[in-house]
Amino acid sequence: MSAAEVELLDNELDADLRATVRSFLAERCGPADVVKAYDGDGSLTPVLWKGLSAELGLAGLLIPESHGGAGASAREAAVVLEELGRSVAPVPFLTSAVVATSVLLAAPTEKGVELLGGLAAGERTAALVVPLPATTVQPLEAVETEVRSVAGALEADTLLVPVTTPAGVEVRAVPAAHAEITPVSSLDMTRRLADVRLDPAAGEVVVAAEDGADAVRSGLLAGAALMASEQVGVAQWCLTTTVEYLKVRRQFGRIVGGYQALKHRLADLYTSVEGAGAAARYAAGALALGDAEETRIATHVAAAYCGDLAVTAAEEAVQLHGGIGMTWEHPAHLYLKRAKADQIAYGLPGLHRDRLGAIVDI
Amino acid sequence: MTPEELRGQVEAFLAEHPVATTEPSAFLHARYQAGLAWVAFPEGQGGLGASRALQPLVSDLFEAAGAPDNNPRRNGIGLGMAAPTILAYGTPEQKARFLEPLWCGEEIWCQLFSEPGAGSDLAGLATRAVLDGDEWVVNGQKVWTSGAHNADFAILVARTDPDVPKHRGLTYFLCDMHDPGVEVRPLRQITGEAEFNEVFLTDVRIPDAHRLGAVGQGWEVANATLNNERVAIGGAAMPREGGMLGVVAESWREHPENHTPELRDRLLKLWVESEVARLTGARLRQKLAVGQPGPEGSAMKLTFAKVNQQLTGLDLELRGEEGLRYEDGDGWAMVRPEHVDFGGRDAVYRYLRAKGNSIEGGTSEILRNIVAERVLGLPGEHRVDKDVSWKAIPR
Repeated sequence: MSAAEVELLDNELDADLRATVRSFLAERCGPADVVKAYDGDGSLTPVLWKGLSAELGLAGLLIPESHGGAGASAREAAVVLEELGRSVAPVPFLTSAVVATSVLLAAPTEKGVELLGGLAAGERTAALVVPLPATTVQPLEAVETEVRSVAGALEADTLLVPVTTPAGVEVRAVPAAHAEITPVSSLDMTRRLADVRLDPAAGEVVVAAEDGADAVRSGLLAGAALMASEQVGVAQWCLTTTVEYLKVRRQFGRIVGGYQALKHRLADLYTSVEGAGAAARYAAGALALGDAEETRIATHVAAAYCGDLAVTAAEEAVQLHGGIGMTWEHPAHLYLKRAKADQIAYGLPGLHRDRLGAIVDI
Repeated sequence: MTPEELRGQVEAFLAEHPVATTEPSAFLHARYQAGLAWVAFPEGQGGLGASRALQPLVSDLFEAAGAPDNNPRRNGIGLGMAAPTILAYGTPEQKARFLEPLWCGEEIWCQLFSEPGAGSDLAGLATRAVLDGDEWVVNGQKVWTSGAHNADFAILVARTDPDVPKHRGLTYFLCDMHDPGVEVRPLRQITGEAEFNEVFLTDVRIPDAHRLGAVGQGWEVANATLNNERVAIGGAAMPREGGMLGVVAESWREHPENHTPELRDRLLKLWVESEVARLTGARLRQKLAVGQPGPEGSAMKLTFAKVNQQLTGLDLELRGEEGLRYEDGDGWAMVRPEHVDFGGRDAVYRYLRAKGNSIEGGTSEILRNIVAERVLGLPGEHRVDKDVSWKAIPR
């Protein structure tokens, strides 16, 4: 596979999907709505998620039609994630429709298939019970236990739990109602963490022991690969918003965007954001085509690059907005918090570089 | 034209002009006349009016057949910059006179644009051309002229009207480098050698028939040349771990005794950046193929310069003791190379030569202005010289 074979631009269907998601979010997910999550009001999440998953049918993008899904691919999921990132939308798309779904898709049991059907229909929401940062398979013992800092658990009705058995790691689905889920005051309240106490024995097996470790690994890899697209969306918002602001803000009688010290920083940021867009889309394309080694290389490249870039973009947005960028009222902080949390969640850029080096003999 | 049709034409040509028995120069002229030189050019001018995307196929087919080439590295400015500009602005006589010997490598070209007083501000250049009968008399000094010592012709921009604002008083010429008024002096660089030159023009006479475009149109024509230069830099497809990254990754593998975690992480950062640049280039080509114009060429060159400079610097560190020795060819001896070879030389040479990457073809600072103004729409630089007569500008 080569870069020439992966479509790195939106095709017509991608553009339609993007427009649909963007207009949905523009209507229901403004910054003034999102910021409420930091003041204890999480009511936006269920409304948004119902619209995206059930009304727009996006929760089943990765799920084949034979399991009730849309039979689309990681490419389409990447388009959705760019838009979700652009709005810092507080929805469990990445944790349920990407990570948990990819774990199940790797090798579902009969119960797993049933769960996939529920996820595809937007009737159910799942979360993989791994503590963040999540970079390796961390199976639990089959006794009641607590897992700290789990993403997506608060929104989920079903918790996917990797459990150590003599035959390997099996994945069990535990109803959220049977677990104790304690919300955490999180750096990023738009993807709020929870501490989860549960007994894996309460669940039924959705991925069998011989496949479980690989299934969890592929879920985490898909998470890292597609989070890069979310990071691109975050960075694009930061760049666009900052450029627009610097075109109207005046000091010393001049539009401040005309000062070369600022122009050059924005030119560099634009250059990096363009690169991130290409890298993230390539990772999604590789995942969609399914070549294992190529997917790992493309994912580590995208995760290493986009993870740092989104943080840089958000930090530049805060700095270049000046005083207003430091306020609660301005949305820049929502993007800064998301970008910083994303950079850590599925492995630091340095970890992805280290793993890349092992593959490419460096 | 389909790739299959083109393949058929190349095969028919090769059958008619067997590589083994055809004299190289005759082969090249025949290839030009068959329209198989630059296939995107019009018929009669070395091309078939085909898509630019088909050029790699033609080049590959001739290379695979072992055909003689036109030594493109020696005539990069001719092929990449002079030819497309002559095609766009030349008279029928100029195209007939210049394009064929240029493509066949019989006439080598250089570029007389920059001057000691006009670098980033190219439009402020001071070389004067004055009409005398049907000839222009040119006086001035040019600099940073790659390959002037090998060149037969030059693309030249000179001032023909000092009374109007700077952009409006320029005219573009095709200058014979063998004119007695042309003096080429080597300009020694930090690598020790002289790839560039200073060129002194003293009463050089250029027939009006060798003026390219209208009098006063020089800035527009020069920009066509510069746009072609940037397409040439950002346009090439590359394999993964190709280019300078490949060279430096090989150094890493050959010097396990120098490995440290810090060097490894820096190399991996550059591995990632090079791969991202490669993918960005691939996306840019996809964009151009569907007709969306890409002002991103300047951004690509910014990244290329930065990554190349960091890679070549890291390479010296990876090599340890070897990085302290400069034993390539004659070391620091002053030589005048036939062509530039970024990748195939000593690591010290590569490190020093790469410093030019952020200066030549538009400095990184000017390219950031271009990205900020033309892509992001930020306000232009404060200009005091734009609407006044050129001769009133302090210098």
